[in-house]
Amino acid sequence: MFSLDLLLDAVVIGVLLGCFYGAVSLGLSVSFGLLDVPHVAHPAFLVLASYAVYFLNENYAVDPLVAGLLITPIFFLLGLAAYRLYYETFEKRGSDASVRGIAFFFGIAFIIEVLIILQFGVDQRSVTASYIGKAWRLSDIRVPYRLLVAFAVATALTMLLTLYLSRTFMGRAIRAVAQDQEALRLMGANPIKVKQWAFGIATAVLGIAGALLIIVAPVDPTLDRAYIGRTFCVVVMAGLGSLGGTLVAAIILGVAESIVLTLFGASWAPAISFAMLLGILAVRPQGLFGRRS
Amino acid sequence: MTLSETQAPLLRICALTKRFGGFTALHRVSVDIRPGERFGLIGPNGSGKTTLINCISGAFRTEPGTILFRDEDITPLQPHLRTRRGIARSFQIPRPFRSMTVAENLMVALDFAAHEHVSVTQRRDTMMSILDQMGLGSKVNVLATQLSQVELRKMELARAMATHPKLLISDEAMAGLSSSEVDEVLDLLLSLASRDITIIMIEHIMQAVMRFSERVMCLDAGRIIAIGAPSEVMADKRVQEAYLGT
Amino acid sequence: MKRNDIAFWIGAVVFLAAVLVMTQVVANQYPFFAGYVILQSIALAVAWSILGGYAGYVNFGTSAFYGVGVYASVFMVSAFGAPLPLQILTGAAVGALMGLALGLLTLRMQGIFFSIATIALTIVIETTITNWRYVGGAAGIQIQRPAVTSPFDSYVQMLFFVQAVLVVLAVAISRYIQNSWIGRGLQALRDDELAAECSGVPTLRLKLLACVISGALMCAIGAPAAMYLQYADPGSAFNLNYSVTTLAMSLIGGTAHWAGPIIGAILLGTTQQVLTVTISSEVNLLVLGLMLVLFVVGAPEGIVGLINKLRGHRKEGEI
Repeated sequence: MFSLDLLLDAVVIGVLLGCFYGAVSLGLSVSFGLLDVPHVAHPAFLVLASYAVYFLNENYAVDPLVAGLLITPIFFLLGLAAYRLYYETFEKRGSDASVRGIAFFFGIAFIIEVLIILQFGVDQRSVTASYIGKAWRLSDIRVPYRLLVAFAVATALTMLLTLYLSRTFMGRAIRAVAQDQEALRLMGANPIKVKQWAFGIATAVLGIAGALLIIVAPVDPTLDRAYIGRTFCVVVMAGLGSLGGTLVAAIILGVAESIVLTLFGASWAPAISFAMLLGILAVRPQGLFGRRS
Repeated sequence: MTLSETQAPLLRICALTKRFGGFTALHRVSVDIRPGERFGLIGPNGSGKTTLINCISGAFRTEPGTILFRDEDITPLQPHLRTRRGIARSFQIPRPFRSMTVAENLMVALDFAAHEHVSVTQRRDTMMSILDQMGLGSKVNVLATQLSQVELRKMELARAMATHPKLLISDEAMAGLSSSEVDEVLDLLLSLASRDITIIMIEHIMQAVMRFSERVMCLDAGRIIAIGAPSEVMADKRVQEAYLGT
Repeated sequence: MKRNDIAFWIGAVVFLAAVLVMTQVVANQYPFFAGYVILQSIALAVAWSILGGYAGYVNFGTSAFYGVGVYASVFMVSAFGAPLPLQILTGAAVGALMGLALGLLTLRMQGIFFSIATIALTIVIETTITNWRYVGGAAGIQIQRPAVTSPFDSYVQMLFFVQAVLVVLAVAISRYIQNSWIGRGLQALRDDELAAECSGVPTLRLKLLACVISGALMCAIGAPAAMYLQYADPGSAFNLNYSVTTLAMSLIGGTAHWAGPIIGAILLGTTQQVLTVTISSEVNLLVLGLMLVLFVVGAPEGIVGLINKLRGHRKEGEI
């Protein structure tokens, strides 16, 4: 049953899948990794984006990737609003706020889930596009085009965001705010504004990521629960706030999932990311490329 | 040689080193603190003062080096066990129990750190006498979050006192206070010292250090650069350089 | 203090007597079906707040403990045909061990890291159970109820009474903790762990204790559910909805006082039952989520906090 071909196949699929996991974790890498916001609702926003893409695709036959781009500005605004609310009610109060902040985002995730169920029902939904359903054959390895598309877009997205954070003024301010708020204040920038902007960017990225999510596989309203494990696993493994690390960590997760899937079957798949997350948290909470101890 | 120098030290720090990743915050620091001593600890920002305090109180683990307290090796002990042995501290940025009143803040220390089993009434009396001594008698039932800056500092010291310490470490208890408030806190510390409590005081305010300390130690970049009588240390060229920045 | 204790225990006995009388007098089975769920919510919320409220460690793993409780029963019944009390005791024992394991694993994690770890634990355990054929795997397993023992007429009535006993047990433990040195220590470490350590509080040990007690209670509370449903499957036993519901009830009620989670659970539990019956279970979850967000934003101390505010901090004179 086990063969080298099978393993190679699993690794190739795993790497592609991993890049996709990287893309859906990028936002969290900024919001949680850099800004320290306990954003448990990140995967719920992701699934929400998928449903928005589904809506546009189903009703107006918009290509999923174009739909993803179209909703990006809306998600940006959503992110600005969400951070504002979070900041005013929790971060500003300090101390005890963290407990409530976690519960707050958990509640938001729950509300999004239920709203999706009320609007679209509990059934799986998928999109149609020319590249979905076909596969590319490379000798014995069969790679679905949908994964290749996700891989390409994911890689581009990661590079764009990395460039944005390292080359633009705002990007550098965002990285600075994670290191030292006071220094930023002295430079004349308002750290709260910067953080709000960063949270907006982190949420905007979810527009595209949501499109990828529904391109790769059909989605259902409670899919966000599985992605709590995947996204947090990636971000924590990468070490908070390390974008390059995010991609590497995501590939590790993708390959691990793909291999376990091949060797032990689909029933163990949901636990992989959570088990890895648990292990990393217990053994090396600062992650593989951690920025602080 | 004075009498106190022949006594066994209360606290003996031997070749203490603390690293954070590649950064060495403390490098082979050795010092003895005598019983009843008023000890000043100075040094520029980032010189390792608070790190040293964190090592003594147990918040940080130290790799090489040992800390002896009353002839017992306390290096492997968790912070609360060190507190129960008699080491208490205040924090540079006050860390009150925010959901509690002043009284409850002290009761935590009395409940958990007090050595002997005493009745609730007795503990209440102890608490009141500490608060009165600190000038917080009227604030017993005020929430910690409603205290002013100087009151918070005093409450931190009061909470530390409630653990019945033999050694009290005051980490910049006067930072951000007005000059009259500085005098108030300094008088408090002096009155505690007169009651057989050994005190290590970290401070940036030099007049306070000079007035308070019998002995002063200056750290720079994790090393001891001077130790001795306050006036000697102040006159030391390396201390002056460290403070002016070379 | 003493007078309060007596009042509390009289209240508890009256409550249990009322429940017992109800099982003897009311013939309609529906109140017991619905009432069981509400009692279970109360017990879970109270047990949760020992770790989540007093110690401030937001546990998303209620469903992990609850599900393990259910499956402890399933195993005991399948393997030994164990009676209900033994099922519950086994649940408690397994829950205590699981709480200890969670505590040891997450000893140095704080805030969101602890919370995420508890979700992870839930999914890992659920997946393990899904792959364990002996207890039914993903498809679930049917459970036969044994004959009911007197004085009860039906098994559901008996379970209703048993859950009422568990409620009293959970509340008594939670109340004891709040009023003892354990409660003060947990509150201190919740406010500031380092300051608590430096005031002599053994924070690690207290956290472990809270994990063990909270875990044992949650598993014990889940144990009778196997008999209640006569069926168990991993998807519903480990449903994250239990985690959200329990957390919402505790926070909405307020965690500063042992009565908070009870108030929250009665309020939300009843609303849920009514909404599920009259409208739909989705709407009831939506209401739950909205209430949770509204409360953490607008009334962070919950209903208990609101009541205290109305009474104008009359408690200030006490210690």
